[in-house]
Amino acid sequence: MRKSLIVLKELLRGAGITARHFFVNMTFHILKRFGVRTKRRGAVTIQYPDERKALSARHRSLHRIRPRDDGKPSCVACMLCVTVCPSECLTVEAAEDDDPEIQKYPARFVVDLNRCCFCGFCVEACPVDAIRMDTGEIRLSASSRSGLVIPLDKP
Amino acid sequence: MLVDALIVLVKVVLALAWTLLLALFLTWVERKESAVMQDRIGANRASVLGLRLIGLFQPFADAIKMLFKEDFAPTFSQRALHWLAPALSFFFVAVPVIAVPFGDSIHLFGRAIALQVVDLNAALLFVLAMLSLGIYGILVSGWASSNRFALIGSLRGAAQLISYEVALGLSLVGLIMVFPSLRLSGIVEFQGGMLFGFLPKWGIFLQPLGFAVFFLAGLAETKRVPFDMPEGESEIIGFYTEYGGLKFGLFMFTDFLEVIVLSALATTLFFGGWQVPWLGAGGFVFPWGGGFKVAAWAVTLLRVLAFNLKVFFFCWLQILLRWTYPRFRYDQVMDFGWKVLVPLGAVNLLATGLILAAR
Repeated sequence: MRKSLIVLKELLRGAGITARHFFVNMTFHILKRFGVRTKRRGAVTIQYPDERKALSARHRSLHRIRPRDDGKPSCVACMLCVTVCPSECLTVEAAEDDDPEIQKYPARFVVDLNRCCFCGFCVEACPVDAIRMDTGEIRLSASSRSGLVIPLDKP
Repeated sequence: MLVDALIVLVKVVLALAWTLLLALFLTWVERKESAVMQDRIGANRASVLGLRLIGLFQPFADAIKMLFKEDFAPTFSQRALHWLAPALSFFFVAVPVIAVPFGDSIHLFGRAIALQVVDLNAALLFVLAMLSLGIYGILVSGWASSNRFALIGSLRGAAQLISYEVALGLSLVGLIMVFPSLRLSGIVEFQGGMLFGFLPKWGIFLQPLGFAVFFLAGLAETKRVPFDMPEGESEIIGFYTEYGGLKFGLFMFTDFLEVIVLSALATTLFFGGWQVPWLGAGGFVFPWGGGFKVAAWAVTLLRVLAFNLKVFFFCWLQILLRWTYPRFRYDQVMDFGWKVLVPLGAVNLLATGLILAAR
């Protein structure tokens, strides 16, 4: 009986906490409905497709190849990213460039997002800072597997 | 005679509409309230022609979904009983509403119409009896499903409901000793009086312990989360394991109806029903002197409003409790019923008797 009374006290305290949350949040919801701007909001929810949270500066999203000044991909097809990739998702085919300064360029540069684990090793490994993962594109879904195989050398 | 029958019919339809509409929107309230409590937003996407209205159409979307689901009964179930169970469950919970007074009487065309479907002599006993019969819905559904989990759920439900029926009855005996009548209209009428000249003579002030026991036992009767032994979503799925579509919807609806019936009962028995504090037939008369006149129609309106507000409050409170507490274990439920609530009910009974005898 005494134990139950202690439990009862704690139960009441719990109900007090949830009730407080309810009333505080409700106040902010109502203020918002009447157009009053407040410092905090009634809910922490971010209604995703309608509103977006800003991505952090160090986020990793869909890869891109940084273009050179003349618009061609700046990749020199050195294969370091292919070598370092732990999930073996990069496919690069090198081709000879007419410009002797450049020598090689990727004829094909494909990332298979079915396999990619977004570790960012390719970005670290690249000697010419050609591949980056800063497009901000995080809605990476497709209705087929081939839809997730993305060619990066096409602009 | 015909007019009387017609009046009763209209009242039945109105009372049923009130209950069902409230239950329908209680599903929405439950989702929204739990969301607000947990710093979320809750269902707000259901829209009609782009009109969202903070998700107010959600109950209709849910209802349409339920309607279009396949209505199946497993081959190993007992067909007739399987069909009967949700109806039984629903019926016995919906019926007590006819005894609840929504307000005092209104005068239309020289005829006094009580805002209560039927003014039963022993309404309190009738309501208790109907709530007890609600067990059959659970038992039959578990039995007819021929499913072990469903049967375990329904047996747990029966054990729980029978245990808490005792505490519920005990808490109300004290009330019956204090109140002069078993008629719900008489009980509400009585609660219009004053205690010590300023406090409304509500059941809560006459029977505070009785109310605590009544409300906790009532919570257990609704079979919702802290006491959700029969369902046990996380362990045995419960007595409606083999139900789907509209039949499952009816069981779910019954849960919300039980919340409403408990709220209406708590309001009627312990919180003065349709009484507004210090509002008489002529207007407000405050105990500290003064007051003002209120027109007769406004008095009726205020009273109906007061009843509704009190019912809403208790619905809100029950949803708050449902989303606050984790569920009890089965032995804890039984302990709480038999070792806490029943003794408390007995103590309340004894204290009431002593006070009444000493007076």
